[in-house]
Amino acid sequence: MIRYLLRRLAVTAAILVVICAATFAIFYLMPADPAQGACGKACSPERLATIRATLGLDRSPFGQFGDYLGGILSGRTYGSGATAVQCPFPCLGFSFQTNQPVWEMLTGRLPVSISIAVGAAALWLFVGVTAGVVSALRRGSLWDRAAMTAALGGVSLPIYFTALVLQYLLVVQLNVLPYPTAVRLTEDPVGWAQSMVMPWITLAMLYAGVYARVTRSEMLESLGRNYVRTARAKGLSEVTVVRRHALRPALMPIVTIFGMDLGALLGGALITESVFGLPGVGKLAADAIASADQPVILGVTLFAASFVVLANLAVDLGYAALDPRVRAVG
Amino acid sequence: MSARAAATTDTGSRTAGTAQVTVLRRLLSQRGTALALAAVALLVLVALAAPLITWLTGGSPTAFHGEAVDPALGGLPRGTAGGVSAEHWLGVEPVNGRDVLARVVYGARVSLLIAVLATAVSTLLGTALGLLAGFLGGWADTLIGRLMDLLMSFPSLIFMIALISAAPGADRRLLLIMVLGLFGWPYIGRIVRGQAMVLARGEFVAAARVLGASRRTLLLREVLPNLTGPVLVVATMSIPACIATEAGLSFLGVGVQPPTPSWGQMIASAVPWYASDPAYFLIPGVLLFVTVLAFNVLGDAVRDALDPRSKPR
Repeated sequence: MIRYLLRRLAVTAAILVVICAATFAIFYLMPADPAQGACGKACSPERLATIRATLGLDRSPFGQFGDYLGGILSGRTYGSGATAVQCPFPCLGFSFQTNQPVWEMLTGRLPVSISIAVGAAALWLFVGVTAGVVSALRRGSLWDRAAMTAALGGVSLPIYFTALVLQYLLVVQLNVLPYPTAVRLTEDPVGWAQSMVMPWITLAMLYAGVYARVTRSEMLESLGRNYVRTARAKGLSEVTVVRRHALRPALMPIVTIFGMDLGALLGGALITESVFGLPGVGKLAADAIASADQPVILGVTLFAASFVVLANLAVDLGYAALDPRVRAVG
Repeated sequence: MSARAAATTDTGSRTAGTAQVTVLRRLLSQRGTALALAAVALLVLVALAAPLITWLTGGSPTAFHGEAVDPALGGLPRGTAGGVSAEHWLGVEPVNGRDVLARVVYGARVSLLIAVLATAVSTLLGTALGLLAGFLGGWADTLIGRLMDLLMSFPSLIFMIALISAAPGADRRLLLIMVLGLFGWPYIGRIVRGQAMVLARGEFVAAARVLGASRRTLLLREVLPNLTGPVLVVATMSIPACIATEAGLSFLGVGVQPPTPSWGQMIASAVPWYASDPAYFLIPGVLLFVTVLAFNVLGDAVRDALDPRSKPR
C-alpha cells in the first residue's frame, strides 16, 4: 500500500508539473504582453522595460518557467529595492491589475466555490442515486420511465439557461428568493442558504441526471449477478440484499465520477458563478479572462487542475484501500 | 467468408445486412427516438435552409431594426413577447432590433457545423490513437494512455478559454472545432482502446495473422471494422456535448464572435435583459435544450440498438 501510495503521489506531481508547463506554454505564446497589461494605456517605453525586468519577462521561456515553479515552492519577489513586490509561498503569480498575489485572490474566493460545490454535490448525490436505485428496482414501471425521462432532460439542460430560468421564476416573478449575494455561512446561515439554493438546484439538475442514469444501469447489472441471487436464496430480506449486495458494487463507479465532478467544481463553477454573480473562483476566472489578467488566468487554471488531479488521487487511493486488486495492477 | 464477417455473426446466424435493418427497426420502433430523429432532421434542414428561411421572412440576421425597439424604455422591443410581429415572427433583440428568428436559424447553422466537425476531429483522433494503443500495447499504450489521462484531468473549460484567447486573430469557428476535438478525443480513445485490446486477442485476428496479414491489414481490415458500433455510439453522444460546450464558450464570450450569431452568444447577450425581456433568452435557450435532448435521446437509442445485451423493450 505504501509503495502504491508513493507511486501515485509521484504520478500526481508529474501530472501537475506537465499541466503547469502546458498552461505556461499557452500563455507564453499569447500575443498579449503581460507587461503592457500591467503598465496600462499611458505607458512609456522605459517604464515598460522596467516592468518587463520586474516580472522577469526578459528571461528565456525556460528561465521564466523555472522562476514560476520556484515561486510556487518558495515564494518570490518581483523587482528589487523600494518598488519590490513580495509574493509569499505559494506564489502562483502576482496580479498587477489588482495589486494582489494570485494565491490570495484564489483563497479569498474559495469559500463561495466550496459552498456552491458541496451543497450542490450533496443534493445531486442524494437525488440522483435514490432515483437511480428506485428506477432499477422498478424497471419498466411508470416511475422508471418518468425518472429516466427527467434525467435525460436534466442532462441536456445548459446550466446558464437553467440558471436564468430559475432566477426569472423565483426572484423576478414569484419573489420567493433574493438575488444571490456572497453571504458567509458563519454570519448569516439563512441568507447564505437563500443565496446558494439556486446555484445548487442549477448544478444538481444537470448532475443528478447523470448520476441517476449511471446508478440505474450499474444497479441493473449488479442485481443480475449471481451473488445477489445467492443472497436472496439465503433468505436475506430484500432491503439487505439491495443495500448490502446490490448497491455496494454499483456505487464504486459513482464514487469515481463523484470525486472528479466535485474536484472540478471546487476549482470554480465558471458559468454558474458568472450567471448568479457570485464571487467564487469561477467568477474570478471569467473576470480575469474579460480583463486579460494573465497571471490570474494561469493561477486559476493550475488551481482548478490541482483540484481535479487531487480528487482523482483521492478516488484512486480510496479504491486501493477498498480493493487490494487495484494496488497490484495500478 | 472473411474473418471479419465471421466475427460479426458469431453471436447468431444473422448476416451483417439484416443486422443493420434490425438496428434501424429497433431505432424507429420507439416513439421517443423517432421524435428525436425527426427533431434532429428538422434542425439540420433548418440549418441548411437558413438563407431560404430568412428570405421568406424577410429578416437578415445582422440587419438592425431601430423602429422595432422603444428607445424610451431603454431599447426594449415594442409589442408583446419580445416584439413578435408579422415582420419579426420570434421578435427582435433589444436595442439593435435584429430579427431573432433569423439569428436563431443562422445560429443553428453555426452550432451544428462546429459540433459535427469537432466530433469528426475527436472521433478521428480518438479512433486512430485508441486503436494504436489497444492493438500495439507496450510503450505506445503507455504513452497514449498517459496522454489521455492528462487531457481528461485538465479543467477543460478554463483551458479551452485560455487556448482560444491565446489566438485572438484566428477564425473562432475553426479554433473551436480544433479545441473541442482536442479535448474530446480521449473519451472516444479510451473506449476504442478497450475494445481494440479485446479484439486484438480475438481468434479471427490470430487467424489472419497466421495467414500472413501485415500489421496494417490487421489493424485496418480486421480490428477497425469491428469498432464501428462503439465509435458510432460515442460519436453520437459527442455531438450534443460539443453543442453544449460551444454554446457555453460562446456564452462566456470566447466562442463564436459577433456579428455571427450562435445560440450561446444570444443567451449571453440576453442576460442583462432576462427580467424585462424573457423571450430573448427563452427562445435560444429552449432550442438549445431541445437540440441537445434530441441528440442525447438518439445517442441512447443507438447504444441500446447496437448493444446485444439490451433487450428491445
